[in-house]
This record gives sequence, C-alpha cells and structure tokens, in this order.
Amino acid sequence: MTRKKTVVLGVLGVDAHVVGNKIMAHALESAGFKVANIGTFSSQEDFIRAAIESAADAILVASLCGHGEMECRGFRENCLEAGLDNIHLVAGGNLVVGKQTWEEVERRFLEMKFNRVYPPGVSPQKVIEDLKKDLANNQESEVGSQKSEVRNQNQE
Amino acid sequence: MAIALLVDFGSTFTKVLAIDLAAEEILAYAQSGTTVETDITVGLQRALNLLPSALQRGPFECKLASSSAAGGLGMVAIGLVPELSAEAARRAALGAGAKVLKVFSFRLSARELEALEENKPDIILLAGGTDGGNEEVIIENARKLSQSNIQCPIIVAGNKAATDEVLSILSTGGKTSLVTDNVMPEVNVIHVEPSREMIRQVFIQRIIKAKGLKKAEEFVESILMPTPTAVLRAAQLLAKGTDTEPGFGDLAIVDVGGATTDVHSIGRGNPSQPGVVCKGLPEPLAKRTVEGDLGIRYNAASILKICGQGRFLRNVHFPNPELPQKLEALSQNVSLLPQSAEELDLDFALASCAAQAAMERHAGTIETLWGPQGQFYLQYGKDLTGIEHLIGTGGIFIHHPQAGALLQKMLFSPEEPFSLKPKNPGLYTDARYCLFAVGLLADRFPDRALRIAKKYLKKWN
Repeated sequence: MTRKKTVVLGVLGVDAHVVGNKIMAHALESAGFKVANIGTFSSQEDFIRAAIESAADAILVASLCGHGEMECRGFRENCLEAGLDNIHLVAGGNLVVGKQTWEEVERRFLEMKFNRVYPPGVSPQKVIEDLKKDLANNQESEVGSQKSEVRNQNQE
Repeated sequence: MAIALLVDFGSTFTKVLAIDLAAEEILAYAQSGTTVETDITVGLQRALNLLPSALQRGPFECKLASSSAAGGLGMVAIGLVPELSAEAARRAALGAGAKVLKVFSFRLSARELEALEENKPDIILLAGGTDGGNEEVIIENARKLSQSNIQCPIIVAGNKAATDEVLSILSTGGKTSLVTDNVMPEVNVIHVEPSREMIRQVFIQRIIKAKGLKKAEEFVESILMPTPTAVLRAAQLLAKGTDTEPGFGDLAIVDVGGATTDVHSIGRGNPSQPGVVCKGLPEPLAKRTVEGDLGIRYNAASILKICGQGRFLRNVHFPNPELPQKLEALSQNVSLLPQSAEELDLDFALASCAAQAAMERHAGTIETLWGPQGQFYLQYGKDLTGIEHLIGTGGIFIHHPQAGALLQKMLFSPEEPFSLKPKNPGLYTDARYCLFAVGLLADRFPDRALRIAKKYLKKWN
C-alpha cells in the first residue's frame, strides 16, 4: 500500500475566511489526500510545524485578505531553515489588492520560490490536478528544477 | 459497618482517613511523617495509631492508597515538534499525575541524552509524528534510547506507522517498552487518555516496587495511583456525576502545596464570547498543570521574585521589615507550620501569590489582532470564566482561617480582561482533606464517593 500524499492546508495571517478553507479541505480529502487542516489565523510557523509532524508533501497557503504577498515573504527560507528541504509550496486566494496584472503577481510569488500560485476564483479541481501531477514529478527532482518546470507549465 | 481506609503516602506526611461507607461519613483523620527512607509502613503505622482505637484494627471494607512519596512519579516526555507532539506528550504525563522532569523534541542530541539519564525518570513517554506522518525522528530517538543506559520503562505513543520498528529497536537494546495510542494522531488532535491509563498501569505494576513502596501493599490492598491522579479523579467524578447522582459541572481544583501548586480543571473551556477563534493545541477535558516554582515552602523566596514586591505586599497586613530573609528561612525549614498571626499572614500572602500565578498560567488567554477586516480575538487555552465551582485543597485551605479570601485571589480581574480566569464561581475548600480519598473510591463506589465529596466540601459564598 502506498502512503497517502499529505498536505498542510490553512489560511495565513490575520484572516478569518474559513469557507474556502473548508471547501478545499473537503475537495482534497475526496481526491484521496490526507489533509492536516490548521484553519484560519495561521502563521508561517504553524504551517511549518504541522508539515514536520505530519511529514507533509506539500503546504497549501490560502490568503484572502489582500496581504498575501507580505505574509508569504520568507516562507521558503523558513521552510529550509526548519529542514523542509523539498516541500512543495502552493499559494492561492485573493493574494493582493489594487490594480496589478496577474502575470505580475504570479512572477513575484514564483520569485519567492512558491512552486504554484493561483489567481482568485481558481477551481479546487484545477489545484488538485496540478498537485497530483507535481507531487508525482517531485519524487526525484529538486526545488530549483521544479521551479523552472512550473514556470513552463504556467506559460502553456 | 463498612469502613474504608484511605491512605496517602505524601512526600512529607502519610495521611489516613477512615470513612463509613454506609453512613457516608468521615470517621477520623490522622497523619504522621512519611518514612520512605527506612520502611514506609513505619510512618503508616504511626498515623494509624493516632486513629481512635476502635478504628485501628478494622475490619475494613477496602484499604486503598495513593502515593507521591519517594519523589512522586518522575517522567520525561519526548516528541517531535515542541508545540505539537512534544506538548501533547507533556500533557499526557501531567494528566497521569507525573512530575515532568524534562521535555525533549526533534532528534535527541548526545547532550540531551546525557541530561535525560541524569534526570533518572521513572517512565519515559516517547511520542513523535502524527499517524502516517514523520517516522524517522521517533525511530532515531528509539535507537538512541536503546543504546543508552536508561533502565526505566518506555511507553511508546507516537506515529503508529513507526511503532513496530520502534518496539523492535527498543527490545534489541534490552529496554522495557509498552505501546499505546498516539498522543497526537493528527495535527492539532490530542488523544491523551490511553497514555494516561497506561502510565497508571505501569505505576501500579512497576514503579511502586522500584521505589521500595511494595511493603506498604502488605497492609493496604494496593497503591492505586499517584496522589495528583487521585485528586484529578475526584475532580472528574465531581464534575461529571454518576448515572444516579448529578455532578457539579465544569470546575477547577487548586492544590497549593509546599513543593508545587497544581491546578486541575474539568471542562471544554470553549470561548464564552462570540467572535473568538481558538488557536493552539486543543486542551484535554481534564487538564492538570503543575507549577514547580510555586510551592509555598520550597519556593517561598522565589514566589516573591516571580510575583513581584507590589503584588506580594498587597497581600500582607503586617509590616515585614526583613521579608526576603524571612522567606529564605521558610524555604530552608519546609515543615514549619504558622503559629503567630504574623506567620499566618505571611502564609496567606505566599499562598495568594502562588494560587494567583498558578491560575493565570492554567487559564487561557485572549490575544487581540488587527487585520484588514478589523479586530479579531484569538483564544489560547481554556476559557474558565464560566465555571461554577472553584475548590481549594492542600494544607493552607484546610487550616487557614481566611481560606475563602484566598480563593478570591484566583478570580477574573477587569484589570486583566484577557486572562480567562473564573468570574463568579461557588467557592469551596476541601476542609476535611477528603478529595484524594474520593478519587481513590471513585471507581468502586462512585455514588457514595460523590456524595461524600459534596457533603464535606465547605462552601464560602
């Protein structure tokens, strides 16, 4: 029996948006993932601790309050510092506010070494499909090479 | 007449209590110094001799005991992440009545292993990883323990996927190991009851003997549990009630002692105000905290430092020109009982500060956060504002004339609105020192034990 893929899911920062979090948790579980849902008002440290304890394959960060970019800064570095060398990092929600093109926002999150980043209104289905594909690919590859691969996929 | 004899082998005193089970009455109480260095039964016999002669020989319906003699039950908890499985393991040990000597997390270093050996725990609780989560760390820690000089039993309560390997590694190293459910089967899910029960079993089967207390069992039927567990059992029975006898509902018990101050609370502790979100590891329904720096004898001098001059002096009513020296003297002479009005007053201040600080640490707190959507309140720990019963036990609550006023010190204060202490509970003291006995009787005679507790708790408001 192969081990279920485990993901840590939560809402980052001072952010009470719980509905999407519950829907996403349900969708991931239905798709066969083991979900450690740490819920709303979670800090980067909360995500990282949960990922260590559950030996997670990916961290899915939601941010809906518009402060996502600020809150996500240093996430990859903090993961590396905590020994999560190859953790797959995904962000989505209403990550920023103001007049910005999505390409611009996406570029900045990829620069922060998130593996995937999604615009508002993305379907859980799309996230799950990508996640399955990425985690299957990840088993051998390194963080650096994933990044370029993710970029290529996003350009398609 | 069915008489039960209940014994507590305390760290300082051996206490005996004779209870008429049919009439549900306390017949007599006596105590004498605990004699664990020589022969535990000597002190017991001395205490028994102080009972009325008609009660000394029995026959007794049952003879049950609890013990915190010979250092109590010392445990080390090991987990993976400090805030998660290591904290869950620590809480499991505390709830089993243990003194938690050390908590370790992540991979044990050589230095930590050395410290662990030096602490000489009676039991090690080895956790780490959610079920199906991290396996490497608990396996590596098992390997390190198996190669160490540790001889005490190791209870394995971590990731079930790693359990078989952990057990085989420990048995290869000749270690005694037992296995139970994971203390944290999923992230932020705490599951401590099976570990607590296993700790109690190991205590009965192995620790009593290892500590030279086995001889006591020639007289009493069995030493059932560590003393704090007996108090926690009493708290649970008193809160929950039985099928036929209603309980009190949510409550807290504060045990101010010479070496520690313990707080036990029974209740979910969910937020009492709307719009408050709970964060952190969930709390066990029956929660015990132990403050090893707030014993009113051993720590008399440090209580002044911890609580500050200001708070301390608000609780004394006599001038104390040489306060630090007086407190230092108390901590050197731990069996000193207050005689004069001044000494009673000083004890009152010490106990007030200790109880207040212990309750502050036990009760939950509220953190205020501002975000783009406005203000939010996060709750860490239990909200105890709504509990209806607060009970004091330990010598000071039994003997001090102002025991009721002492309980008031632990209540909610509008000056510290974010410390979720009880707001308006009924105040009680364990005036006849029967709570440990109620805990010991709880399994065999739950209805009677509960009625005895209700009958003999002294109400102050």
